[in-house]
Amino acid sequence: MTSRLSRRQRRRISQGIQYALFVAALVLVGVLADWDRLQNQFAQKDLAAELFPDIITTALRNTVVYTLSGFVFGLVLGLLIALMRLSSVAPYRWVASVYIEFFRGLPALLIFIFVGVAVPLAFPGTEIPGGTYGKVALGLGLVAAAYMAETIRAGIQAVPKGQMEAARSLGFSHARAMVSVIIPQAFRIVIPPLTNELVLLFKDSSLVLFLGVTLEERELTKFGRDLASQTANSTPILVAGLCYLIVTVPLSFVVRRLEARADKAK
Amino acid sequence: MPQPEIEIRGLHKSFGDNHVLRGIDLEVARGDVVCVIGPSGSGKSTLLRCVNLLEEPSEGQVFVGGTEVTDIEVDIDAVRRRIGMVFQQFNLFPHVTVTENLTLPQRRVLGRGKSEAAKVARENLERVGLADKADAYPAQLSGGQQQRVAIARALSMGPEVMLFDEPTSALDPELVGDVLAVMRVLASEGMTMMVVTHEMSFAREVADRVVFMDGGVIVEEGPAAQVVGDPRHPRTRHFLDRILDPSAAEAPGPEAGGPAAG
Ligand SMILES: Nc1ncnc2c1ncn2[C@@H]1O[C@H](COP(=O)(O)OP(=O)(O)O)[C@@H](O)[C@H]1O
Ligand SMILES: [Mg+2]
Repeated sequence: MTSRLSRRQRRRISQGIQYALFVAALVLVGVLADWDRLQNQFAQKDLAAELFPDIITTALRNTVVYTLSGFVFGLVLGLLIALMRLSSVAPYRWVASVYIEFFRGLPALLIFIFVGVAVPLAFPGTEIPGGTYGKVALGLGLVAAAYMAETIRAGIQAVPKGQMEAARSLGFSHARAMVSVIIPQAFRIVIPPLTNELVLLFKDSSLVLFLGVTLEERELTKFGRDLASQTANSTPILVAGLCYLIVTVPLSFVVRRLEARADKAK
Repeated sequence: MPQPEIEIRGLHKSFGDNHVLRGIDLEVARGDVVCVIGPSGSGKSTLLRCVNLLEEPSEGQVFVGGTEVTDIEVDIDAVRRRIGMVFQQFNLFPHVTVTENLTLPQRRVLGRGKSEAAKVARENLERVGLADKADAYPAQLSGGQQQRVAIARALSMGPEVMLFDEPTSALDPELVGDVLAVMRVLASEGMTMMVVTHEMSFAREVADRVVFMDGGVIVEEGPAAQVVGDPRHPRTRHFLDRILDPSAAEAPGPEAGGPAAG
């Protein structure tokens, strides 16, 4: 018998120390934070109750509509750019590459301000179709398209080469083979990353804050902030935050399930 | 002499500096089965892929059914409809069912109506003995079943010529027989076939002619019984010795690849 600890004992001790540190940190935060003031500022039940149903029927609804319109616009544009990126025509590839680098390199907020200010200036008299909804779709979609284009391109390239060859040898043209054989398979591959993109867009829709919107057009963040300043209390912010989480947490969960399934299928 | 169904003249193919096909001349008469044999890397797949222009020849001409495939004016998609191809890796479309694998090309490429495409699909699945798998997805089938579906898919397009690139090389040994049986029936029905294969018994029994390729040229060709049973060229003999009895192959040494003493 030696006095030295076995490997398992050492690991237990190390884990014990880690737990103790974790609990200590929690206790410290719990003791030091001024819970009463926090509750006063962020968790007033009657204030929270007053937010309903508007925060759902108007704000959450608008957030969803903005997200989906940006997603659909970005998806269509992203698919187009992905196909250009893979084109045998060099100028198409250049345009696609420049687009992708440009929009991935800029803060989404800047694009929003640009869409809100520059587009009306550049094309006087023309309105972006769909009003605020069109602007948001454009602002969110332009950036999302750059990311989705790269995702979709990778998805298309992940489809085995034999699929295109089989299709061509059956007499499909390149374009038809893409539409009927390659893209449907690529989309299965990119569903998890595209769903992730949906989560990002859902949060980015808060940038609508920087476009002038009417009361009916407010989404969660703007709604929460407006109500917070009206009531001089931050509870609406907390409730708005919870509304985001109600959607994003399950979506992220779905993404992880899809990814796990895709891994298993490999 | 009637016009050959496949005619290859002075075919060269290079990938960059790699001169893979070095002057191939070959004719396949209508209804004939030609088996192409030869060591790995000798250019068999490239030859087959030049016939339906999956690879673009660097030089030379290819005619299928009298049409010059290599003519730059030719509608290559139209030509490919007349040439069925079966791959080593099956290449079924995994995202649709077996039936849809057969109907999708008919509908998108030939413009056939839904019910006609379904009817043709059913007939061809019966032909390969897989009518009961009509609604399965490719991943639910064994390799041998997938390859038979791939053959049925090619047949659904009503091809005049079928190309097979090592159709049984990716299969477990016990599944090879079913695929070869389907091919044998096809040959007996008068299909013109070019088959790259290592199945020597199939070549001997089914092929009208056997072509032995090595180093991008045809070394020897002739009736199956002669090329497989009594090869003239030492390289053919050496290759066949190794294929027919792999365990007898000499360990690779400085003289590896040299012809066996006859
Ligand atoms: N797409 C390609 N690009 C570059 N080299 C290729 C390509 N396809 C085949 N080759 C080369 O051509 C040679 C012959 O290949 P292949 O026709 O597949 O031979 P086989 O089918 O007889 O084994 C090999 O050296 C291979 O590396
Ligand atoms: Mg090969």
